[in-house]
Amino acid sequence: MASKTITLRVFRGDDKGGELVEYKVETFENMVVLDAIHKIQAEQDSSLACRWNCKAAKCGSCSAEIDGKPALMCKTQVHDCAGDSITVTPLRTFPLVKDLVTDVSWNYRMAAKIPPLTPTKETAGKPFNMQQIDVDRVQEFRKCIECFLCQNVCHILRDHERTDAFFGPRQMVRIASLEMHPMDSLNRREQLKGEAGVGFCNITKCCTEVCPESIHITDNAIIPLKERVVDDYYDPVRKGLIAIGLIKKRNKAPLSSVPNDLTKIIS
Amino acid sequence: MEAYETFEYDVLVIGAGGAGLRAVIAAREAGCSVGVVCKSLLGKAHTVMAEGGVAAALGNMKSLDGQNEPDSWKVHLTDTFKGGAFLNNPRTVEIFAKEAPERVLELEQYGAVFDRTPEGLIAERPFGGHKYRRLNHVGDRTGLELIRTVQDKAVGVGMSVHMEVTLTRLLTEDGRVVGAFGYHRDNGKFVVFRAKAFVLATGGWGRMYKFTSNSWEGTGDGLQMAYNVGAELMDMEMIQFHPTGMAWPPGMRGILVTEGVRGEGGILKNNKGERFMFNPDYTPALYKGQFAETPEEAARWLDDKKANRRPPELLPRDVVARAIYKEVEAGRGTEHKAVYLDVTHRGAEYIKRKLPSMYEQFHALGAVDITKEPMEVYPTIHYTMGGVWAEPEGCATSVPGLFAAGEVAAGLHGANRLGGNSLSDILVFGKRAGEGAAAFAKTAKLGKIDNAQIEEELGVLMAPLSATTGESPYAIHSELQETMQNDCMIARTEEGLSRALAKVEELKARAKTLKVSGGTAFNPGWHAARDIRFMLATSEIIVRCALQRKESRGAQWRLDYPSLDAEWGKKNLIATKGSDRVNIVERPITPMTDEIKAIIEEYK
Amino acid sequence: MAVQTSPPAAAAGSQKAPVVKRTDNWWGGTLFFFIVFSAFGAWATFRAFQNGFYETAGASQFGGAYYLSPLYSPTLRLSTKIAGFNISPALFILPFPLCFRLSCYYYRKMLYRAYGADPLGCAIAEPEPLASMRRKKYKGEKYFPLVVQNFHRYAFFAAAIFIIMLWKDTIESFFFKSGDSMHFGMGLGSIVFLTNVVLLSCYTFSCHSWRHFVGGNADCYSCSVLNQTKHGLWKKVSFINEKHGTFAMASLISVALTDVYVFLVTSGHFHDIRFF
Repeated sequence: MASKTITLRVFRGDDKGGELVEYKVETFENMVVLDAIHKIQAEQDSSLACRWNCKAAKCGSCSAEIDGKPALMCKTQVHDCAGDSITVTPLRTFPLVKDLVTDVSWNYRMAAKIPPLTPTKETAGKPFNMQQIDVDRVQEFRKCIECFLCQNVCHILRDHERTDAFFGPRQMVRIASLEMHPMDSLNRREQLKGEAGVGFCNITKCCTEVCPESIHITDNAIIPLKERVVDDYYDPVRKGLIAIGLIKKRNKAPLSSVPNDLTKIIS
Repeated sequence: MEAYETFEYDVLVIGAGGAGLRAVIAAREAGCSVGVVCKSLLGKAHTVMAEGGVAAALGNMKSLDGQNEPDSWKVHLTDTFKGGAFLNNPRTVEIFAKEAPERVLELEQYGAVFDRTPEGLIAERPFGGHKYRRLNHVGDRTGLELIRTVQDKAVGVGMSVHMEVTLTRLLTEDGRVVGAFGYHRDNGKFVVFRAKAFVLATGGWGRMYKFTSNSWEGTGDGLQMAYNVGAELMDMEMIQFHPTGMAWPPGMRGILVTEGVRGEGGILKNNKGERFMFNPDYTPALYKGQFAETPEEAARWLDDKKANRRPPELLPRDVVARAIYKEVEAGRGTEHKAVYLDVTHRGAEYIKRKLPSMYEQFHALGAVDITKEPMEVYPTIHYTMGGVWAEPEGCATSVPGLFAAGEVAAGLHGANRLGGNSLSDILVFGKRAGEGAAAFAKTAKLGKIDNAQIEEELGVLMAPLSATTGESPYAIHSELQETMQNDCMIARTEEGLSRALAKVEELKARAKTLKVSGGTAFNPGWHAARDIRFMLATSEIIVRCALQRKESRGAQWRLDYPSLDAEWGKKNLIATKGSDRVNIVERPITPMTDEIKAIIEEYK
Repeated sequence: MAVQTSPPAAAAGSQKAPVVKRTDNWWGGTLFFFIVFSAFGAWATFRAFQNGFYETAGASQFGGAYYLSPLYSPTLRLSTKIAGFNISPALFILPFPLCFRLSCYYYRKMLYRAYGADPLGCAIAEPEPLASMRRKKYKGEKYFPLVVQNFHRYAFFAAAIFIIMLWKDTIESFFFKSGDSMHFGMGLGSIVFLTNVVLLSCYTFSCHSWRHFVGGNADCYSCSVLNQTKHGLWKKVSFINEKHGTFAMASLISVALTDVYVFLVTSGHFHDIRFF
């Protein structure tokens, strides 16, 4: 593959406004968009702001929108983009800080409302005995690198701006990893139905589409969570069967039994 | 003068990787208010890059491996000493090996979900330098699992998180650290933290090399902050080269290929197709007879670990890195000056299941299908064994009020770190540092902030913005990388190191006048201007220590002094800041206790 | 200690990045769904009210075949005359599969996109003035009316009963009447029926609610023999669940084509081909 020169149109600006600025960049074999941004920083304008860390799609820092599509800059090959011009803009859902950097602290604030694994009394302090089949589901969710592309693409947060009522797909995945953990003792469904707002999701599957870790967010996390909420809150037959003792009620401690407001995210 | 915000805590943890966050949990559980500062977003630290596993002698694979003896902390301790070429601090290793299993099991309580054995226990995999299967893992993304687990737990126990804040200076009162000064990366505003005790958990420094697995964060700012207030640095010449960094395509140069690839049967070949690790010259005397001697035995080991010895590709990292270097120097490398790492014989399905993120990384980032073609690899800067000296009990440094844990601290790994030991290191000593700092904070009061120190640092920070002439920090950085790569990399000589020292001195002089455009709000150029000074100062210490240690040991490989020297094996090099120069002294290693000597004798 | 307690609402009055139009084909799938589903809706409505041309009932002019349109299955033998009006039996039958499809997790995605522009596509801004009207007012499936989607599991069980009926119809489509006796045989219609019922079964039993019911609701699969069995079932349903959307569309089209086939045969426009 011969190197060629492409045009990068990069958003430059801050909370007062901004515009797309064109840069000519010479490509090399298998160049990714993040390489191109680094080249601009080193050779043309060192004040171009972007986040990055591992450059190996493991840390989830370099999230952006490439030709209007949310993606990791380190995982998008320049040659895969159509034509000789690529447009790179920051995540649209979150408040703009500067250039390609947005304020994603809201995600951390929502995460702080979800208590970590709280083992049952019988298992606390002892090595867990779990089979691989017990942890397979949970391990898929724990692949999440917190790039927040799913949060960014979710229309509930992006277009409807319901950050007040819905935690977003990332946190649904997080709650799923706890709700389906064999050793967890807390009633996560209470939070799901309430402040986390799983009911807001209308299954658009955009989160799944953009996930760089290929987590089946909708099919394996959100829909099963919705079904679990139905079990507890919207299934009269099930309630009846529990009332007459044919099936057992899940025995979980209320979420309010652990504090969840101890951490402050300061920005 | 510029305005700044002030925050106060009992304990301030600098750095939010595994060690920092584990320290947060410990300090909180000891009843302290805790603030944590990270340069990136929370949970993006280098810990996520760790792939293979966390080393701890849980002994879960005994029934599968048919070992005569169960794995124990004693075997782990012995392996760690052997790997570190006995430059390790004995007490540090002892605490480490004893406490690692407990820390890993605790992680599971916090929510880590490890792969399981058929008995339902945590699965452990083999790794270079470890006698038994000991790396507790989650596929090939153990580091991500670890940091997310401590992150969620730390959020659960409560802390104040200051994201995207770079600290550049520790503030002292009568020699004790009482404050830290720095800036918000996003808006460029300045900030001061006051605390009764500080935990330094800022990780390593590898950005001064061209082939590096480090991100922009690995500039050694934490190390330099400690050094500038008088902390002792130890073993600074010991820098680990991971044998298998990606060498091609260019955009991925330096990115890590996990040792797990070799653990799962990956083989190293030169351009003649020879499996060069079987060359007996490459196996050090210490490991003779412990590794497979034919490819047939190595192949059988994959399915039957009881009756066969492991392949020589799993020798310690420094050994494998040197072998690759020699192959390439001898002209047996690929066209991109690398060697082949081939795992195709394991079959596509197996590779995708056991090494999913490796498969994905090569596929998506480099358009290479590792199930069909070999990778091209070359040693890459990976880890710094040396760093701030911290005593092992509570991780106190030589500066009052300052504690250190994780990669920034020195003492555990000696001359070379074994794979998987870094993750257990951050858990064991992260916890101890948190407790040590909490205990210190209980007896201390907040100190007084000296404005003169802030003024001085502000002057350094702001100068490049107002300068009318000066060089670009990027240009100096790239020259530094070239120099360190060529003259202070894997093979070192008096001549090369002297050349490197002269170049570093020259760059230091040029870096006094830097010029960058823009303002203080999220301006990578401005950040780079401060970072380059930290990198230059660190590079000087590395080069000087490497010059001084006239022997080859672990990661330090001197072509002009090619063998181990018993006398040098008894001492560490300690670097401290003098008035106008680096002071380097030799300090004898604390002698081993008889108990430890006996253990090593028994298990080596 | 300086601590910020109330989080600023993200994006409240703050500057947002500009909208960049996606250049790839994000609309093709939705347009396809819109056309197919609308066409199906129109055809099914017409046929439901038509109340005729839906079964061959072994009549000799149809070669003795027993073909019953899936829109009219099962044949309701109850009186459909209410207040003097002849009510089409399809109107008693269709609400069940319709509810199943409307509350299906796959159809929800596509219906909201195709008929609600909510959203139009991933990272595609909603058209004005819709966007401004809906901003901060969105209620999703948390509140009435869409909260009723939570009853999908009941719709599933109802639909599953219909699948049993359709299998019965399919078996009958392999039997042909000649004189007073029945023969096993195969016509083109038999193949059409078989294809349809297989696709419908795949669609129905790859349902997310069913997946939850058979095993998704368990937390510890190894903890009891029952849960181990559940895990086995859950794995199987999960396997076909990955293709739920494909089966949803394929079975929708196959139902329509099966009905069209029966219509063409019964109305005399087409002669069923008998293989044996």
